[in-house]
Amino acid sequence: MKKIHVTTTVNDDNVEFLCDPRETLLDVLRDRLNLTGAKEGCGTGDCGACSVTVDGRLVCSCLVLGAEAEGKKIATVEGIAKGEELHPLQHKFIEYAALQCGICTPGILVAAKSLLEKNPDPTETEVRYWLAGNLCRCTGYDKIIRAVMDTAADMREAS
Amino acid sequence: MALDDQKPSGFKFVGTSPDRPDGLDKVTGRARFGADAYAPGMLHGAVVRSPHAHARIIRIDTSKAEALEGVKAVVTRADFVDGLQGEFGFVLENVMAGEKALYDGHAVAAVAASSQLIARDAVKLVEVEYEVLPHVTDVDAAMAENAPVLNDSYADASVPAGHHPNVVRYHDSGHGDIDAGFAEADLVIEDSFKTEATHQGYIEPHACLASLGGDGKGELWCTTQGHWIAQKTCAALVGIDTSQLRVTASEIGGGFGGKTTVFIEPVALALSRKANRPVKIVMTRSEVFRATGPTSSTSMDIKIGMKKDGTITAAQGIFRLQGGAFPGAPMEFSAMCAFAPYALANVHQVGYDVISNRPKQAAYRAPGAPMASFAVESVIDELCSQLDLDPIDVRLKNASREGTKASYGPKFERIGLVETLEAAKAHPHYSAPLEPGQGRGISCGFWFNHGGETSVSLALSEDGTCQISVGTPDIGGSRASMALMAAEELGIPYENIRVTIADTATLGYNDVSHGSRVTYASGLATIKAAKDAVGKLCKRAAAKWGIPEDAVYWEDGCAKPSGANAGNFDPMPLAKITKSMGRTGGPISGHFEATPEGAGVSFGTHIVDAEVDPETGKTAVVRYTVIQDAGKAIHPSYVEGQFQGGAAQGIGWALNEEYIYGEDGRLQNSIFLDYRVPVASDLPMIDTVIVEVPNPGHPYGVRGVGETGIVPPLAAIANAVSAAAGVRLRHLPMSPPRILRALKDKG
Amino acid sequence: MQYHRPTSFNEAAALANQATGETRFLAGGTDVLVQLRADIVTPDTLIDIKSIPGVGDISQAPDGSWTIGIAVPGAEMREHVQLGQDWPGLVEAMDLIGSTQVQGRATLVGNLCNGSPAADSVPAMVAAGVELSVTGPTGNRRIAAVDVPVAPGRTSLAKGEVVSAVHVPARGTNAGDAYLRFIPRTEMDIAVVGCAVNLSLDTEGTVTAARVALGAVAPTVLLVEDAANALIGSSLDDKALDRLASAASAACNPISDKRGTVEFRTHVAGVLAKRTAKIAYARAQGENT
Ligand SMILES: Cc1cc2nc3c(=O)[nH]c(=O)nc-3n(C[C@H](O)[C@H](O)[C@H](O)COP(=O)(O)OP(=O)(O)OC[C@H]3O[C@@H](n4cnc5c(N)ncnc54)[C@H](O)[C@@H]3O)c2cc1C
Ligand code: FES
Ligand code: FES
Repeated sequence: MKKIHVTTTVNDDNVEFLCDPRETLLDVLRDRLNLTGAKEGCGTGDCGACSVTVDGRLVCSCLVLGAEAEGKKIATVEGIAKGEELHPLQHKFIEYAALQCGICTPGILVAAKSLLEKNPDPTETEVRYWLAGNLCRCTGYDKIIRAVMDTAADMREAS
Repeated sequence: MALDDQKPSGFKFVGTSPDRPDGLDKVTGRARFGADAYAPGMLHGAVVRSPHAHARIIRIDTSKAEALEGVKAVVTRADFVDGLQGEFGFVLENVMAGEKALYDGHAVAAVAASSQLIARDAVKLVEVEYEVLPHVTDVDAAMAENAPVLNDSYADASVPAGHHPNVVRYHDSGHGDIDAGFAEADLVIEDSFKTEATHQGYIEPHACLASLGGDGKGELWCTTQGHWIAQKTCAALVGIDTSQLRVTASEIGGGFGGKTTVFIEPVALALSRKANRPVKIVMTRSEVFRATGPTSSTSMDIKIGMKKDGTITAAQGIFRLQGGAFPGAPMEFSAMCAFAPYALANVHQVGYDVISNRPKQAAYRAPGAPMASFAVESVIDELCSQLDLDPIDVRLKNASREGTKASYGPKFERIGLVETLEAAKAHPHYSAPLEPGQGRGISCGFWFNHGGETSVSLALSEDGTCQISVGTPDIGGSRASMALMAAEELGIPYENIRVTIADTATLGYNDVSHGSRVTYASGLATIKAAKDAVGKLCKRAAAKWGIPEDAVYWEDGCAKPSGANAGNFDPMPLAKITKSMGRTGGPISGHFEATPEGAGVSFGTHIVDAEVDPETGKTAVVRYTVIQDAGKAIHPSYVEGQFQGGAAQGIGWALNEEYIYGEDGRLQNSIFLDYRVPVASDLPMIDTVIVEVPNPGHPYGVRGVGETGIVPPLAAIANAVSAAAGVRLRHLPMSPPRILRALKDKG
Repeated sequence: MQYHRPTSFNEAAALANQATGETRFLAGGTDVLVQLRADIVTPDTLIDIKSIPGVGDISQAPDGSWTIGIAVPGAEMREHVQLGQDWPGLVEAMDLIGSTQVQGRATLVGNLCNGSPAADSVPAMVAAGVELSVTGPTGNRRIAAVDVPVAPGRTSLAKGEVVSAVHVPARGTNAGDAYLRFIPRTEMDIAVVGCAVNLSLDTEGTVTAARVALGAVAPTVLLVEDAANALIGSSLDDKALDRLASAASAACNPISDKRGTVEFRTHVAGVLAKRTAKIAYARAQGENT
């Protein structure tokens, strides 16, 4: 099958790749660009482990075609830390034990970061509904929700 | 292990919650899970699965698939070892069907191709001719007289005469005189219960990367709770020597018991051998649901007698567990755990292991216990409410304590059930006012915990730091706990210790990470290995000082002379000893290999408030408190996490999770949209209380904490629903249609 | 699979008209990609319509009516304050679809044209009286949303026809809409029953016009006239609400499946109809709910 040539930006790097029209953005990130931070938990939009942003909008990369990345700005979990410096959410997740196995963590961090950019002062209910598409089977969400709320509080104080 | 060996208090590191060693990798996307491995020349595998619940395989034609450009190998059952017996035989039959497909999703062939898309296309080109046979998926139907027979040779000698061949194992235990006990009771309640099958629901699908050459030497990378069992099983299934297969465990994205066996791993090895290239297989979510580890579904009858003062006079339970198409449903655990929280003079329990046309059940967090506890604790709740007794008082009155003869036989050592009940009674949650439409439920739960074969190896580096190799995959932060325990023994900072999950070639055998054994058994082995190293460190100091070995002891990370008689020397720190170790006798390491037997049982008590919408039957959990005996919490944050995770899974099981089979025997809900695990907005915060009643069988008093937490929620929520809506649900899950039906029936 | 990215609706229609085999338009892809991954439908031709100018716009005409571009995702509808004030029910119905991530992509037209009887935004569109512009190989036409679904997974659109805009009527005064659905969890479920109510009041608070639509209780969305009649002329007293509930339940023609039984759906349709009507009524009275 004829492959499609795509030029795009991932975590501020210019990248080019060839992909089959059926390949998803998640397939491309993982298998062609070696960015395995986004995970496939379901492939059908139900678990959020593959969360990335496309032009700043939070999406499931398993529900975007690789071909659709043309000319877009993609951001993944690999781009959250700036060099050695972790994002406050990343610090807080470690400190609060907000991960057990950690497979959901990349998606949740991408989603939570996107929430705090839109709403720096979310209520517990808002955090829970925003993250409802990010399944975590290990933690019961308690420590995740606390980590997001407390990061938000810290970031408000710092700004 | 003797109690006087135990360190009950005065910990420096244990009991703190430092950052986990793999934290950075996991928050940056760097951690490598099962699907994150790639190899040069790698092919992608995909599995052909039966669409039928029960069918004879007449013919498999792979020629069209093989002809597809990019396809490099196709395997069927013929590519595996012939004539395996026992558990390996069942696993092989499950991994790749032989004469019959036994459930919807049963693997019948597999392909390897140069891309995932080509592999998926090739799967559709494999032609399988089936003769469809009658099927059965319900446990009671599978035991009935005219049920289709899956296999008439699976039943073992435990099964009494006269049962259908689908009943493959039988259990009978108890003590006292049941009839006399029931005669003494003021009230006897007898009820029947059912629970539907649930799935562990780990977010990471099974994934592996395998390489096997014609020389019989193999490499396997996989997401697993136990790579030694994977090694042993895979080697047997593909017919190579165990030691020739090196298995490396990836970071694991959840298991909960479901990753204690193999599915795609032997298939990838067989494909790799045939194609002479590395082969990676990653299951789809739908494959995970259709073909891997659900729990058993159950049908249970419970009878309990109680006096007016709350004393339980007798208890009886019959537990029928459907465990899929192969023997192994954990019905003996259901039977043994059911009444364990109570000191009973008269108790009798019976279990049936029943096969049906469903995937082979796999362990799920305290396998068998949650369902049994649901039935028993529901009946106790009903007795309490009919006799107008406080449910915690009644449980305290009957609670198992140190010295109680357990319902399953042995005498309990020091246990903490009473302490959890007392903590529950004193907890503000228990006395908080309820809103209209809400009800409160409580339940106790029990799990044995497990020791298992364990090896740990610890090596000191010249700069005074320490590396530890353990063999139990870290599912929830166990590397941090190992480092804490080693830090405690060695007296060096937590940060100076690195814990690695070793591969099968670099450490002795280890049982899987299950049975809540990791912090107990690998922890015990880590402590012993550290003690081994400390002994050697003391010996080097003694030699340096020219005094006898037994005149040196270890404290705060230093060798010290043990009193004035030993001589007057400055404490010698660990780093000083290791710095010169090359010249003073060579590398210093510690080892421990054993099968520790002292796993302490663990009890928990949960309190839950639920709100039921009387017009739709929808239930919301509005407040939840977990109280559990941890023995000793090494890393309290991760202990809390285990409590919370267990409760959340229990909430899902109680309310919405279930395997739904159609008339055609096909699984109807094999995606997360329809298999309804709790999402963030479904749950409240989950409060935890860690009770610490030390386990006499562990140097620091550790009990496993991973499993007990899923045992009480099912009944606690059913009891809360009963209090809120006035209806007793005897069939899980308590989905809105079931609750609405019960409300209508009540009128 | 051929992937195309046309830059006009005429081009999109022409591509679809010439295509053989399975053809799909790619809006948000939240149905198309799921079906692709799950091996339910692998289109031979996939036409990505997001590069057509204007498809991402939301605009209001001087008469108060709205035009929503066919590629506007739910998240952008939610963020549009004015649209949400006019048509809170429609916006909420769209917002209920999937997760935050799905909201970043899913569209109204994709929800409608996928043809699921349980589609959340469809009852709300039907109750609101939404119409669609359709571009076909031979020209344009306008069609009511209620006339699009004809059976599960099937629409009345002809080969080569593509929806090119969504038209929402002017809100008008003393009017409000609402949508509720029943799901077993709080999020991430497909509706077991969905109900939309859109009504207008006179100055006394008497209902003068109403539209009641039900989802997931029949092969296609239902516009239930008896239910609307139960409301018209009332001020939403208990009797009217009971009549509404009965009419809603009576209209149901559901199936029993993994998501719910006939009995459950029929009962809950009545319950939801009442609850939804109350919200719409409060909104029509100017309350901010
Ligand atoms: C995790 C998850 C949860 C979901 N939850 C819900 C839910 O709660 N409620 C619900 O209703 N749905 C739900 N869905 C389904 C889906 O998100 C919605 O149906 C969505 O609105 C589809 O829009 P889309 O833009 O993504 O459509 P696409 O997938 O792009 O297209 C869907 C269909 O519409 C056709 N189509 C699209 N645009 C046009 C056009 N302009 N003209 C003609 N035909 C067109 C396509 O050919 C295709 O057949 C869920 C999906 C996922 C993955
Ligand atoms: S993998 Fe994309 S949502 Fe699960
Ligand atoms: S930490 Fe394991 S799924 Fe979230």
